[in-house]
Formats: sequence, structure tokens, C-alpha cells
Amino acid sequence: MYQYDQYDQRIIAERVAQFRDQVGRRVSGELTEEEFLPLRLQNGLYMQRHAYMLRVAIPYGLLASKQLRKLAHVAREYDRGYGHFSTRQNIQFNWMDLERVPDVLEELASVEMHAIQTSGNCVRNITTDHFAGVAPDETVDPRVLAEILRQWSTFQPEFAFLPRKFKIAISASKDDRAVVQMHDIGIYVYENDAGETRVRILAGGGLGRTPILGTIIKDDLPWQHMLTYVESAIRVYNRYGRRDNKYKARIKILVKAIGAEKFAQEVEEEWQFSKDGPGTITQDEFDRVAQYFAPPAYEKLADTDASFEKHLLDDKAFAKWVSRNVHGHKVPGYAAVTLSTKPGPVSPPGDATDKQMEAVADLADQFGFGELRVAHEQNLILPDVRKKDLYDLWQAAKAQGLATANIGLLTDIIACPGGDFCSLANAKSIPIALAIQERFDNLDFVHDLGDLSLNISGCINACGHHHVGNIGVLGVDKDGSEWYQVTLGGAQGNNTALGKVIGPSFSAEEMPEVVSRIIDVFVENRIEGERFIETVNRLGIAPFKARVYADKQPREAATA
Amino acid sequence: MAKIIQLQTGKPVIVEDNWTVLRAAEGETLGDEQIAAAVQSQDAVLFPLSVWKANEQLLAGRDAARTGVWLAPEDEPADAVAYYDRVSLVAVDFPVFRDGRGFSSAYLLRQRHGWKGQLRAIGDVLRDQLNFMKRCGFDAFAVRADKNIEDAIKGFSEFTVAYQASVDEPLPLFRRARLEAAGHKVPA
Repeated sequence: MYQYDQYDQRIIAERVAQFRDQVGRRVSGELTEEEFLPLRLQNGLYMQRHAYMLRVAIPYGLLASKQLRKLAHVAREYDRGYGHFSTRQNIQFNWMDLERVPDVLEELASVEMHAIQTSGNCVRNITTDHFAGVAPDETVDPRVLAEILRQWSTFQPEFAFLPRKFKIAISASKDDRAVVQMHDIGIYVYENDAGETRVRILAGGGLGRTPILGTIIKDDLPWQHMLTYVESAIRVYNRYGRRDNKYKARIKILVKAIGAEKFAQEVEEEWQFSKDGPGTITQDEFDRVAQYFAPPAYEKLADTDASFEKHLLDDKAFAKWVSRNVHGHKVPGYAAVTLSTKPGPVSPPGDATDKQMEAVADLADQFGFGELRVAHEQNLILPDVRKKDLYDLWQAAKAQGLATANIGLLTDIIACPGGDFCSLANAKSIPIALAIQERFDNLDFVHDLGDLSLNISGCINACGHHHVGNIGVLGVDKDGSEWYQVTLGGAQGNNTALGKVIGPSFSAEEMPEVVSRIIDVFVENRIEGERFIETVNRLGIAPFKARVYADKQPREAATA
Repeated sequence: MAKIIQLQTGKPVIVEDNWTVLRAAEGETLGDEQIAAAVQSQDAVLFPLSVWKANEQLLAGRDAARTGVWLAPEDEPADAVAYYDRVSLVAVDFPVFRDGRGFSSAYLLRQRHGWKGQLRAIGDVLRDQLNFMKRCGFDAFAVRADKNIEDAIKGFSEFTVAYQASVDEPLPLFRRARLEAAGHKVPA
């Protein structure tokens, strides 16, 4: 993975000193809370219900084992012994003391980590495919351009105060695992017929109050122009994006208002001034960054392993885990493995304790090259495991509660921290996730249901990506109490789609039953082998709606 | 007399300043009499770009040495070009520091619209934005009056290296320091 040089290291060291000084000025009263707010946000520090929350950047979800050990240390020494992996591939600590945050940042800087721009109205952490570099279905490793983008966006002086937050995802795989279309700017990297690396730029995607999928504004762009093109797009947005209403300030609203074609034209005109200028990425720089993403020292192995095959036949639980949590790898004899942070009711989705983090760091060293990934689905990934080690790894992960065989299944719920922590939330997310996991605690049944995503957000900001869940759950506030709106038909991947609201919202207590009834309709109508999303697309939402609201009073059903 | 920060050969120094900004009181618009009085005064006055556009003849008679133009966030920087030869100061207003349009305005005035004279940030100008402002091409900073300007000036020395190209540093890091570190010759 990328290693800091003297400049990268100096920039984060200077950032720590700057933030220490800002905190000092806030504590002394020299800075008002209003003035301090955007400064702390640009350093990932939120005021939550109980304490400050610190969001630490995990650039494009890539972590070294020593970094994860440092995060475990932070969780133990500065927080309450756990952290929460977020849908932006970052980690959040919920119980921070403002005056100690500079010390945390200093600890993080010692392992090349920071919290820069993990919040605020600026370019946020760049995300990518969690299998980048090992995925069999990619032609180019997107991490090189992701790192180049990370550096460009760090303290970009013109775009520190955009109308609203700005999220960029970059992906190079045939199957999109980075939900590129729901980003303010999405970038696909691919090879053209001549074998040259090209990028395709999408703009105007986003979830939140007005979910919209991004539109292609530039295709067939040589990678050298990626930075100047993105800069041009953001300049157009910075100048013309709305600033009068927080809910209409994302780039998607501008793109929608003037039309994607007009927006693309504006960007193209703007780009004429910087095209081929000094912002053009050089081959030298690409190569300098790329050397850090060179493949590790893989062994030459046969693609199959006799002991692995034998364990698959002998141990059903292991086979079940392999069927969901083990993924293809471009190198024969290797696999990528997802460690589930969703064990069910015992722990909220995405949470990991300091001990679990240390254990995972050890597993990454023992069964890989000391490197791991955070998936936007909030799970942890060991990217380079030898197939012959899978059985041992499974047993070790099981001992840590990280081997739940549920990746991509109903209980692999994406959930934001919700009303238990977040001051923006209208409703709690975690208890809903736990209640649904409790209802569906029969793993065989969950396996039989097959691929099914259930995503929960505690408010319209949609951190839980509810719009793109096959089943989406959104917490809403009605007259001061917590209600949940359900959508069906959302999807991520190549056929990304936004779910449709099925009707009036439900109380927290009703939610497990609502999901049960949706599942019942699926099970009864499923044509053999059909995935949940296919059944929903074939039937439409009407039969699901009829079942869910069958015994609801008409009056209630009439008021959304 | 008010104080501002000015870059002198790249170094921020605190200097006395006598420019005044013609600006409407909150929630009001500028009256003709106010404008006429400002035009006739012997003071160094920054006039809003919108006033320039509506009163070209009136303002043309003023001595450029004590006449300037300031842009609101929504103003088009290209529109200021017509007045370059009749002003000695261009300013960009930040009504609230969170409104980042002024950074792009400054970038465009410098990079695209050829303003070589003093470019001043006015309005809600605070220590923690000064370095970004400098990078986008500002060389003068009217720090908000209630803030300690001696403290604000520290905002320029917090960072000694930057990744991107901008107005103050036309080459990105990968075309300068890193090239040198790798043993290449950096083009002049």
C-alpha cells in the first residue's frame, strides 16, 4: 500500500499542530463555536448526542495491520473500547474528549493516518472497490488514481468551502462494488481497445433527500487528465451550486436544474483552460505511486488445494462460510475473505472492539501480507489468503465472532449509528437492525433466501444507503416519535436502482414483522433460483404492499 | 486607521490601510445619494461591481489610485475586466466565511482574467481561511475588525508544503519537489 514520503508526513504533522492550536483557541474562547464548527468538521469531529465523534480517514478503505492496531489502541485509550466502520470505508469513535483529540491525531500520524476532510463541505474520503488490486474482474488497479486523487483533494485551497459535502468514488471492475453512480463524482477506470487506460466521469449522483443516480459527463478521457477534469467539474459546482438551502446544495441538484448535458458542456468549457496544464498527471508520478501497489510476493500455487477441498466436503459450516465470505482472486490458489462485523443481535453492524481489531490485524499478518480493507458494507476484508489456509483462518475468525457466514445476505445489514449516537438522526437504526437480525437468526433459512440487502438509515442523509438496499429502511420523525419508512427494489452494482416507498411508515416494534411479511411474499412467489431483487422487479411492489398492510386500519394507511 | 495583512514579496506583514468599502447596510440597498457621495469623496473607496456596471460614466472620472471594485460571491469575475484600467484595487467579499465562491473568483481573476494588482479579501476574513485565500491568489487580507490581526497572521505559517498547483504555486508537488527528490531536473 501507499507509503508516505517526507512531504506526506510533513503535511499531516503540520495538520496535527494546526488542529491542536485550533482546539486551544476554542477552549480559550478565542474561537466561537460557529467559527470552530467547520474547522473541526474538516477534521472529522462531530458533536453528537453524548460526546464528540471522531471520524478517521481510511483512504479508499485500505489499512495496514499496524494501522488497525493503532485504531485498537485509540479505541481502548481514548474511547470506550470499540470503533464503528462506516459506509464511507472510514472508522468512527463515538466517545471522544475534545481536548484529547490532538493527541489522538498525533498517534494516528505516527502510522500515516489522519482525519482530514472526513466531514465538512469539502471533498471527502475517496472510496473504491474493496477488492481493488485482487479482483479477477478488473483490468486496472484503481488505487493508484485513488491515491493521486486523495493527495490532490487534501487541502485543495479553492474547494474547502463548497456548497455541500462532496463524495468521489473510483472503480475499475466489471461488477461495480463501489456504488459509483451514487456519488457526486463517480469515476470508472477501464482499458480501451488499444489497451490504453481511460476514465469515464459521472456527475450528479447522490442519496439524501433527493436520491439521483449520476450521469456520464465525460467518456474516453485519458487518465492523465483526471485531476484537471475533476477540478473543472468542482469549480463549476463551487460557483453555481445552490447555497441557500442545505437540502438543495449537493451537485446533483445543480446537474438536475441545468440538465446533465448543459452541465457537461460547462465543465468541458472550463476544462479547456486547464487541459494539458501542470495539473496533468505525469507518467513519473503515476509510476511513483503505482510502485506501492505492486503485487505482493505471491507464491506460485495450484488453484485448488486438496485439504481445502476436503474441509469443504467434511464441514458444512465451513462450506457455508466459504460460499458467502470467500471471494475470487486474480492469483491462482488465493482468495479474498470477508470478516463479517454483523454477528447478529450481540453487536451493532460495523462495530468492532479493540480486541477484535487486534485479532484481525494478527490474522492479516498471519494469513496475508499485513494488509486489509474496509468494505462500504462495513465489513473487514483480508485480500490475500491462500486457499490452503482458509480452514485455519475460519476457525481463528470464529473464535473472535467474525466468521458469521452472511455476506450479501439479509442479516448483513448496513446501518448508520442512528439516533443512539448521531444528533442528525430522526430515529434509531441499531435496535431495528438487531431486532431484524434476531428475527432471522436461522442461518440456513437466511442462506436459502440468497442475495438480499437490507440497509437502514436513521435520517434522510442516508448514511446507511437505504435507497440502494433491496429492502430500505429510513427513520423518520412524526410528531416527535420515531417511525420507519420502507422501500423495496433498491440495488447497488451494475444495475444500481433506487427503492420505491411501499406506503405509510411503521413503528420500531412493527419492523421485524414487516420484514417477515416481505420475505414471506418473496418465498411464496419466488421462481426457483431467483434472487430477491429479481422477484421484486418481476412482481412490482403491489403484492408486498398488500401483505404488509393487510391488517392496517384504512385511516392509518391513508396518512403517509 | 485600519490595519490589514499584505503580502510583501510573499511575506505577510501588517500594514496601515485607508480604503473604505461602499456597501449597503444589512437588508438594504445602496441609494443614489450614498453612491454619489462616495464618488465625490476624496477617500480611497472600493465600489461594488454592480455599482460600477450601473454608473460607468460617473465612476470613470475618479482617480484610479483611490478607486477600486469589489465582487460579491455571485458576481462574474470576467465582468470586472472592463474596469481594470480605472481601478488600483480589486477585492472579493466573503459575506460569511463558509461561502467558498470567493476562492474560485480569486482563482479566476488571477489565472484567467489577468488581474496583476492587489487582490484583497474583505468581509468575514478569518485566520483559518487565510492560507487557502493566499493559495488562490489573494495578496491582501482585511481581517474582520473584531479579530486580533497579530494572531491572524499566524494562519500563513501553519503549512509549509502543498500537494496541488494553485495561483501561488503553479506546479503541483509531483512536478517540483518530488521530481527533485527523484533526481530529476525541475523545469524552470
